[in-house]
Amino acid sequence: MTPLRLTSFTATSAVGRGLGETLDALVAQRSGLAPCAFETVEIETHVGEVRGVDATALPEDLRSFNCRNNRLAQLALLQDGFIDAVAASAERWGPKRIGVFLGTSTSGILETELAYRARDPASGALPREFNYAATHNSFSVADFILSALHLEGPGAVMCTACSSSAKVFASAQRMISAGMIDAAVVGGVDSLCLTTLYGFHSLQLTSRVPCRPFDVARDGISIGEAAAFVLLERPPAQVDGDAIMLLGTGESSDAYHMSSPHPEGRGARASIQQALLAAELVPGDIDYINLHGTATVSNDSAEDLAVTSVFGTRAACSSTKGATGHALGAAGALEAVICALAIQKGLMPGGLRTTDVDPKLKLHYLRENERTDVRRVLSNSFGFGGANCSLIFGRAG
Amino acid sequence: MIPLTAYIQGIGVLGPGFADWPSTAAILSGAAPYLAAATVLPAPLSLPPPERRRTGPVVKLALAIGFEATTRAGAERHTLASVFSSSGGDGYNCHEICQVLASSDRQLSPTRFHNSVHNVAAGYWSIAVGATARANVLCAYDASFGAGLLEALTQVAVERTPVLLLAYDTQYPEPLNGKRPIPDAFGAAFVLAPDARAPALAKLTAMLTDSGAECMSEPLLEQMRTSIPAARSLPMLSRLARRDSGRVVLDYLRHARLAVEVEPCS
Repeated sequence: MTPLRLTSFTATSAVGRGLGETLDALVAQRSGLAPCAFETVEIETHVGEVRGVDATALPEDLRSFNCRNNRLAQLALLQDGFIDAVAASAERWGPKRIGVFLGTSTSGILETELAYRARDPASGALPREFNYAATHNSFSVADFILSALHLEGPGAVMCTACSSSAKVFASAQRMISAGMIDAAVVGGVDSLCLTTLYGFHSLQLTSRVPCRPFDVARDGISIGEAAAFVLLERPPAQVDGDAIMLLGTGESSDAYHMSSPHPEGRGARASIQQALLAAELVPGDIDYINLHGTATVSNDSAEDLAVTSVFGTRAACSSTKGATGHALGAAGALEAVICALAIQKGLMPGGLRTTDVDPKLKLHYLRENERTDVRRVLSNSFGFGGANCSLIFGRAG
Repeated sequence: MIPLTAYIQGIGVLGPGFADWPSTAAILSGAAPYLAAATVLPAPLSLPPPERRRTGPVVKLALAIGFEATTRAGAERHTLASVFSSSGGDGYNCHEICQVLASSDRQLSPTRFHNSVHNVAAGYWSIAVGATARANVLCAYDASFGAGLLEALTQVAVERTPVLLLAYDTQYPEPLNGKRPIPDAFGAAFVLAPDARAPALAKLTAMLTDSGAECMSEPLLEQMRTSIPAARSLPMLSRLARRDSGRVVLDYLRHARLAVEVEPCS
C-alpha cells in the first residue's frame, strides 16, 4: 500500500494528557493504574482512570454531546496542537475531503446506566434530559468530532470491541487510496463505565492487582480509558525523513469464539502477515512490537504463538497495558500513538508490572526501557468476536 | 480517483412485510401490494446449539439476510470479507444490562456481556460460516446504511475482492424505545464483487453529493425508510427491483448524501 503520513497525533490516558506527559511516564516507567474508585463500582480491581475528565467542558454549541466519553474526547483534542493541525489540513484539502473514523466499544453508555437509576417511578420512562443519540449511541463521538473540527467528509464509528480504533486506520487508508478523501482524523475514545467493569468481572477477566502482561502469574486485565487521535494524510511528493508513516495494515477474523481468542492465535497470525505484506516488509524489518498483551492467560498465550510463528523468538516486544490499562476500543489508537513516540524518540518501552515472564511464552518480552534506533514497529489489537488488526508504522527516511 | 464501483451478485432482505428479496422485489416493483406485518426472524440454525441459544434478534436478523444474499449469489461464504452496519447492537440485551446495573445486585451474566458488543452479529456470522477474512462493524446512527455502503464499496474498489455488506437494525424495548423509537427489525444484505465475471444483478457506482435523499412514494414504506436506519436502503432496493437504470440519492450524514448510479446487468 501507499504509505500515509501521521501529520499530527495525540493521546490522553491514565499516564497523562498529551504526548509530553505520556512520554515522561513511559521514560520514568510510571503506571497510571490505581485501585478502582470509579463511580459507585464495588469491584476489587485496578483501573486506569484519566484525571480531569469530568471537569472538562464541551464547546458551548456542542453541549448536547455532554457525556464522559465526549468529555474525554474533548480533553484529548485540546492537546498537542491537534485542532490547529486539522484546521491547517482542512485549509489544504477542504473540509469535505477529510473523513472522521473513530473506534469505541461503549461510547457514552454510562449516561444510560445513570439514567436507568433515575427512571420515572410511575411510567418507567428515562429522564427527559437524557439524550440517546448524542451520548449512548456509538456514533456520538464521531458526530461530536466532525462538529468540533468543522469537518464535512465521510464519518463512521468502528465497533469491533478492542480492535476498533486500530481498524479505523485501515478504513481511512482505503478511502484515501480510493481518492474519496485526502486526509482523515482517526482514533479511538473509550471511557470507564459500569458495563465493562462489571462485564469483564463477570467473565472473571479482571485482575485484582494491576495487570501483569506475559507474567507467569498474570490473571486478567486492568480496564483503562483513553482518547487518541491521529491526522492521517496523503503525503506530499517529498516527505520529511523524520515523519512517521503508516506503512501497512492487516485485518482478520478468528471465526472461533465470541470472547476467547483462537488458542493457536490463528487470526492474529493472519493479520500480522497481512500487515507485513501490505508494507512490503519481512519480519526482520520490524524493530519493536507493541503487543495487544492484555494479561489474560489465554490472550497472551495465543498472541505469543502468533507472534513467534511469524517473528521467531528474537523480536523485541512489550505490552504497554501495565502502564495505561486496557483502553478497550481506544487501545488501538492509543498504542499507535505510543508506537509513533517509540520511533520518534528511539524508545522501546519496557512492559510494567511484569516481574517473571511466563517461561511457556517464548517471545522476547522487554521489561526495561531500551533506547535504540527504532525505525519500524508493529502494533497488535485483537477484540471480542475474534476481530484482529495489526498496524505497521515507520520513519519516512 | 478510483470509481467506487461494485457488482451486486446477491441480495437478502427481511423486514416488516418483507420475507425475502424476491417477494420484496415484487412489492417494490409494484407487482404485489405492500401488506404491513411484523418482521419474522428465523432461528439461526447455522449456529451450533450452544451459540444458537445465546443469540438475540440482532444476530438472527443479520444471519438471515447474510445467508439469503450469499445463497442467491452462490458465494463461498467463508471466503468473503464483510461489513456490518447498524445503528445499535442488541437492544433487549442492552436493556437487561442497564436494569441489572441500576439494581442493588449488579451481577451480570457473562453471556449478556459478550452479547453487548456492537460486533456481536459479526462474531456469530464468522463462527457460523467459518469466515476468517476482515469483518468491519460500523455505526453511524441514522447514517449507518450509507456508512456501511461506502465502506463496502471502498473495500471492493481498493482491495479488488468481494465483500458482503449487511445493514440491519432491531428495536429497543421501553424505556429506551421512548428515546430511540425503531418500530421493527429491518435488514438488507448485498454480495458486492469487483467485476461482472459471475452473473450480476446490477452495477453500482457511488459518490458523495449535496442533493437531497430520494423518498418512497408509498407512505408506509416512507415511514419505514425514515424510522429504521437500515431501511434508508429502500430507494436503492426499489431501483434494483424495477431493474431501472439511473441515479438514486440515499440518505447519509447531515452534511452529505450518497448518490448511487444503478445499472442493471442483463
